Amino acid sequence: MHKNIKFILWILVGLLGTFALSTIALNRGESINALWLITAATCIYAIAYRFYAAWIAAKVLVIDETRATPAERLDNGRDFMPTNKWVVFGHHFAAIAGPGPLVGPTLAAQFGYLPGTLWILIGAVLGGAVQDMVTLFFSTRRNGRSLGQMARDEIGVIGGTAALIGTFLIMIILIAVLGLVVVNAMKHSPWATSTVAATIPIAMLIGLYMRHIRPGRVMEASAIGVILLLLSVFAGGWIDHNETLRVYFDHDGLPLAFAIIVYGFAAAVLPVWLLLAPRDYLSTYMKLGTVILLAVAIVILRPDIHMPAITQFTDGTGPIFGGKLFPFVFITIACGAISGFHALIASGTTPKLLANERDIRMIGYGAMLLESFVAIMAMIAATVLEPGVFFAINSPAGVVGKEAIDAVAKINSWGFAVSVEQMNQLAKDMGESSLFARTGGAPSLAVGMASIFGNAFGKGLLALWYHFAIMFEAIFILTTLDAGTRVGRFMLQDMLGNFNKKLGETSYTPSVIFTSSLVVAGWGYFLYIGVIDPNGGVNILWPLFGIANQMLAAIALCVATGILVKNGKLKYAWVTGLPLAWLIAITTSAAYLKVFSDDIRVGFFAAANDLSTKLAAGLLPPEKAAVAPQLIFNQHLDAYLTLFFVAMLWIVMMDMLIVCTRRIAGKPVLPCTEVAHTESQLNNAWVRD
Amino acid sequence: MLKKLILKKLRHCWHLIQQLSGDSAYAQYLQHHADFHASSVDAPAALSRKDFYKLWQDQKWTGIKRCC
Repeated sequence: MHKNIKFILWILVGLLGTFALSTIALNRGESINALWLITAATCIYAIAYRFYAAWIAAKVLVIDETRATPAERLDNGRDFMPTNKWVVFGHHFAAIAGPGPLVGPTLAAQFGYLPGTLWILIGAVLGGAVQDMVTLFFSTRRNGRSLGQMARDEIGVIGGTAALIGTFLIMIILIAVLGLVVVNAMKHSPWATSTVAATIPIAMLIGLYMRHIRPGRVMEASAIGVILLLLSVFAGGWIDHNETLRVYFDHDGLPLAFAIIVYGFAAAVLPVWLLLAPRDYLSTYMKLGTVILLAVAIVILRPDIHMPAITQFTDGTGPIFGGKLFPFVFITIACGAISGFHALIASGTTPKLLANERDIRMIGYGAMLLESFVAIMAMIAATVLEPGVFFAINSPAGVVGKEAIDAVAKINSWGFAVSVEQMNQLAKDMGESSLFARTGGAPSLAVGMASIFGNAFGKGLLALWYHFAIMFEAIFILTTLDAGTRVGRFMLQDMLGNFNKKLGETSYTPSVIFTSSLVVAGWGYFLYIGVIDPNGGVNILWPLFGIANQMLAAIALCVATGILVKNGKLKYAWVTGLPLAWLIAITTSAAYLKVFSDDIRVGFFAAANDLSTKLAAGLLPPEKAAVAPQLIFNQHLDAYLTLFFVAMLWIVMMDMLIVCTRRIAGKPVLPCTEVAHTESQLNNAWVRD
Repeated sequence: MLKKLILKKLRHCWHLIQQLSGDSAYAQYLQHHADFHASSVDAPAALSRKDFYKLWQDQKWTGIKRCC
C-alpha cells in the first residue's frame, strides 16, 4: 500500500512537470506566469534526483556505505573530519554558488526565456550535477585528490598539466569579467559606488573583531556585519542626495577599474583574517538570505514573464552579444547548467569531510540542482522586465547609439516598446541617473529583483531594493575576486617553485608581491580592455569565460569517463560520455566561430581586421581611433587564447580515448589509484542525521 | 514529552548551524586533541582559541574554495 502511494505520487509529479514544461515550451504570444518555470524546475529536479541520480549511485558508481571514507581514515580534526551531511552540503553549496548563475541567464535572456531555461534544466540534470557527483565520488575513493592529480594519475601527465593551466587561465578571465560587471554597476552611480566601497571597511572591522575582540565568534560577528551592510545601503542613498559628498563617488569606468585592481592586489597580499575570510562570511549570509527572499517573493507575487519565449536574436544579431542560439546559449549560461569549476571544489574540500559514501548523491548532485534553481530565478528576474526595458539596460552604446533617443528608436525598430520617458522614470525610481547601456547583467538583474521585491514587500522602496541588489551582487563578486587572485597567486608560486625554490615559498614576501602583481596584471589587463571597449567588453569576455569553463568541465568528464572504462564499466560510460560529447561539440563550434567567423560581432580576427581597415582609412571617430590599436591587439590575443583552450581540450580527450582503447584491447594502462576497501568503524548515525 | 523532543531537535539544529558557521570548530579541535594527542607524553599543548582560528582560516583559504 505504502509503495503504491509513493508510485502514484511520483506519477503525479511526472505529470505536473510535463504539463508545466509543455506550458512554458508551447506558449506563444501571451505572457506566462513565472510559477510555471518554478513548477517545471522543481518537478524535473525531483524526478532526476530520485531516479537518475539514485541509479547512477547504485549501478554506475556502486556506492558502498560500509566503506570507510577518507574523513574517517585520515581524520586529523581539521581538513579531514567526518562531518554531518547537512553541514557538508552547506559548505559545498556555499563554495560552488557564485555570481555565474546570476549573470549568465541574464545575458542569455536576449534569446527569449525558453532556450536558456531549457538548457539550465537539461544541462544541470544530465550534465552539471552528474559531473559534480562523479567527481566527488572518484575523489572520495582517492583520499580527496584534486582533479589535476586524478587526471595525471589516471590518464597521464598531459591531462594533469592541461587541467592546471586551464584552471589558472579561467581564473584570470573569470576575475576580469566579474570585475567588469561590478565596474559597470558602479559607473556614475554614487549610491552603488559608496555602498560597494563601504563593504571593504565593514569586512575589515569584522575581521578585526573575530581576530582580536571575540576570536572565532563567527555568527555573532557576521550578524553585526550584515546589519552594517544594510545600513550602508541607506547611507549610500544619503550620500547620493548630498551634493558635496556624491562627487567623491561619481566616477567613469576607468578610475573604478583601477580602484578594483588596487583592491585586488591588496586582498591577495593582506592576511586572510583581515579581509578575505570576513568578507566571505558576509557574502555567504547575504547570498543565502537574498536567494531565499527572492524565491519567497516570486511565490508570493507570481509575476508574469514579459519576454517572448524566443526572440528574433536567435539568428545571431543580438545586441548583448553576437552569435546564434547554437552554440552561444550554452556557452553563455555556463555555471547554472554545467561548470567545470565545480569539479575543483568536488575534488577539494568536500570529499575530505564526507562521513559516508551514501551522502555523495545529496551533496554532489543535490547541491548542483540548487545552483541550477538559482539560475532559474535569475532568468525569471531578467524576463519579468518589459523586453524593451531589458534591452535598453543591457545593449551597449556601441550597438544602439550613445544618445537615449537613438537607443530607444533602435530598440523600437526591433519590435520592443520602450520610451525615453519610461527609462528616465525607471532610473529615477531606482535612484540612478540613467539606466541606458548599463551592460554586464548586474543592473538589469537588480532592476528585476527590485521590482519583484518592491511589488511583494512594499513599492515605495524601489531605490533601496535596487541598491540592496547591487550590493548583494557586488559583495560576492568581490569575494570571488579576492579568493581567485589569492588562489592564482598560490598556483603561480607553485609553478615558479619548480624553477626557483625561493619563489615557491608562500610566505616569502618578495615572491608574494611578485606573483600577486603578475596575477593582478593578468586580469587587470582584460578588465582595462573591457572598460575602454565601446561595445562594453562583456560581449567578448563572457563567451571567453564560458568556453574556458566548459572546457574544464569537459576535462573533468574526460577523467570520469576514463576511470569508468578503466574500471570495466564501459556499458555505463555514456553517463559521462554523452555530456562530454555535447560539451566538446559546443565548445569546439563556439571556439571555431569566435576565431574564424566573418561576422565582426562574433569572430575575433574579423573584428580586428575590420577595425584595422577602418583605422587605416581614417573612418573612426577620434576617441575610438585612440583605443583601436589596443582593441586590435586584444582581439588577436583572445583568438589565440581560444585556440589554446580548444587545443588543450582535444589533447586531453585524445589522451583519454587512447587510454580507453588500450584498456578495451587488453593492453596495459596506468594503474587504477583507488584506495583499497576498509570497513567503516564509524557509527555514523550521530554524524549524519 | 513533546516539549522535550522539540527542545532536543532545536538544540540539534543549533549545533548544526554552529558547525556550519565555524563557531564550534575550536571545541571540535579541543575534543580531537584530547582524544588523540593528550595521552602521549611529548604531545604539544593545544592551541589557544585565538591561535587556532588564525591557523584554521589560513588553511581554509590556501586552495580553491570559492567558485564562479
